[in-house]
Amino acid sequence: MSLDILDQFHDPGLCKSVLERLRATLDGHPLRFMEVCGTHTVAIFRSGLRSILPKEIVHLTGPGCPVCVTHESEVNAFLDLAENPKVILATFGDLMRVPGSKGRSLKIAQADGARVSVVYSPPDALKIAADNPDSMVVFLGVGFETTAPAVAATMHMAKAQGITNFRVLSFHKYVPPAVAALLADPETDIDGFILPGHASVITGVGPYLAAASSYGKSAAVAGFEPLDILQALLFLAERKRDGRPEVVNLYRRVVRDEGNAKARAMLEATFTTVDALWRGIGSIPGSGLEINDEFAAFDAKREFGITITECPPLPGCKCGDVLKGKLVPNMCPLFGKACTPAKPVGPCMVSTEGSCAAYFKYQVD
Amino acid sequence: MSEKVLLDYGSGGKASQRLIGELFLKNFDNPELRRMNDGAVLNVSGKIAVSTDTFTVDPIFFPGGDIGSLAVHGTVNDVAMMGAVPRYLTCGFLLEEGLPMDDLTRIVESMGAAARAAGVWIVTGDTKVVPKGAADKIFINTTGIGDVIVDPAPAGDRAAPGDAIIITGTLGDHGLAILSTRQGLAFETPVLSDCASLNHAIESLLRGLPDVHVLRDPTRGGLATTLNEIALASGVVCELVEDEIPVRPEVRGGCSLLGLDPLYLANEGKFLCILPEAQADAALKLLHANPLCTGAKRIGTVEAVDKPGAPGRVLLKTGLGGKRLLGMLEGEQLPRIC
Repeated sequence: MSLDILDQFHDPGLCKSVLERLRATLDGHPLRFMEVCGTHTVAIFRSGLRSILPKEIVHLTGPGCPVCVTHESEVNAFLDLAENPKVILATFGDLMRVPGSKGRSLKIAQADGARVSVVYSPPDALKIAADNPDSMVVFLGVGFETTAPAVAATMHMAKAQGITNFRVLSFHKYVPPAVAALLADPETDIDGFILPGHASVITGVGPYLAAASSYGKSAAVAGFEPLDILQALLFLAERKRDGRPEVVNLYRRVVRDEGNAKARAMLEATFTTVDALWRGIGSIPGSGLEINDEFAAFDAKREFGITITECPPLPGCKCGDVLKGKLVPNMCPLFGKACTPAKPVGPCMVSTEGSCAAYFKYQVD
Repeated sequence: MSEKVLLDYGSGGKASQRLIGELFLKNFDNPELRRMNDGAVLNVSGKIAVSTDTFTVDPIFFPGGDIGSLAVHGTVNDVAMMGAVPRYLTCGFLLEEGLPMDDLTRIVESMGAAARAAGVWIVTGDTKVVPKGAADKIFINTTGIGDVIVDPAPAGDRAAPGDAIIITGTLGDHGLAILSTRQGLAFETPVLSDCASLNHAIESLLRGLPDVHVLRDPTRGGLATTLNEIALASGVVCELVEDEIPVRPEVRGGCSLLGLDPLYLANEGKFLCILPEAQADAALKLLHANPLCTGAKRIGTVEAVDKPGAPGRVLLKTGLGGKRLLGMLEGEQLPRIC
């Protein structure tokens, strides 16, 4: 896709006309919408869109930052693993500053001598394994269905190449069950959802159709440019006004309605779905991707006997309520005081795509 | 000399002498260095600016430069930003045993060429060799001094409401060149570091317009961090217009791929100039006459803080007409998951 075409998606004139149509659709009642994905969160703030949205639009940020929903027990598990002298932990950069229960992080562990390597793609970890035959290289599998196929493919590569010192610690999560949990939660008050543009490339819209058919809520798969987001908001507002809930794919230049069957086949060949713990939300049935028996040889959980159990949340941290759209980040008593990007209490303040970090970083007032 | 740097080269004995004579003196040659004293005796008068920096960049060779040229440009620029004409540099080398002599030679040649182009003398230096593993290939410290040519000199706490904010060219080139080389990423249009000595551009600017309030090169932390430092020190709001901030399309594309923001990436050949609004056009004219600053642009304005005593900050007017904070990063930018 050429840059010229993409330019149109942040054209101020086009955006303004959609914004006017959105304004005309609103009747003074609040429209509470949630974007599920952290990349949308950042896009809404970075583009300045948030500062020009009509007052009736209430913007909630959802559980779609993989770092944010990584459970405390999972964070503690990888921090413990980093201390194993035989292990080189390969990870995406986002996880370096995530605090565990004792205030430790991979950054601190690294300064204390733990071997942690920041990689840009999972196959980079295979190269580290080849270069360090006496060490066990563990790739930290944190991410959604967007990331998991590449990690699965890496395990297939490792198997084909006969690499024996490579493991994956899979904390991968699957987004549709989390959205289903939000829909089923009687305490949440959300009028419509902007569905994740990246994760939907894999799943398509199928897993989200129940939002309209069972819960009467509209949802739209959207891209990340301002015009994409405005069009999605306009769609949600019109559907709410007309009382005609619908789930649509508005990101057709990237997402196919049926998703990517090959990537899903790769996931099915490598992982099994299990219940998983999401930070602040708790256990969500069928939302975790565990390495299956065929790839057991690459499973760090089996290799190191790692089990994940529910543990009490960090004291005072309201990330759970933020992730469910019940609390706006700057209403948390810790926000900007005890919890800042310099000393994050909860994960929503750590990741660049975390909702609290986005508020802290971009919000003018 | 041997093919690799040996511990002997830092011993002070004959091996050290050979290294100094055959490599350093040959490439840095000037009358003061030639005297081969323990230090240098310099003629200076009036106010002197001094700055020091240590260069540890990895990779040591990158598109558009290397650790040697960077060690000269970086310190020359820091001295120049003080409103000074840089004149002399010192340099200290920390070498890891086993560094290929060819690499060291290339680096020293590049330093010599950079110093000549900037018109500064490297007048004294030091070389240490540490055992393999005790350092990573080569670290270089340079200290520079220069004559301050304006009074009051530009300073980070002098930005005043009503001032214009000018940047001399595209942002993020150096940072992305380094990161992409480190990650072995190749872009369709190669991204080159902008590393260059800016002292000539600054001298002509200051000789023409001595009332420049702030000069700063947005190196580590990029434009956003540097402007935040200035806004805090001056107690002002720096308001930028996003659409005016120059970023090469290939840098924008690479950043979007890697999840980085070009406004936080390092630059090594650009500077920020903050001066009274009435002089902005004259400043741009002077800057455009220098080949390193042909892309100079006005990108914003300095405003007063909302309430007296409120901390300074940086705001960005986005292309959509919205407004957001352009804050400081906690640490380095980290590649994101999805």
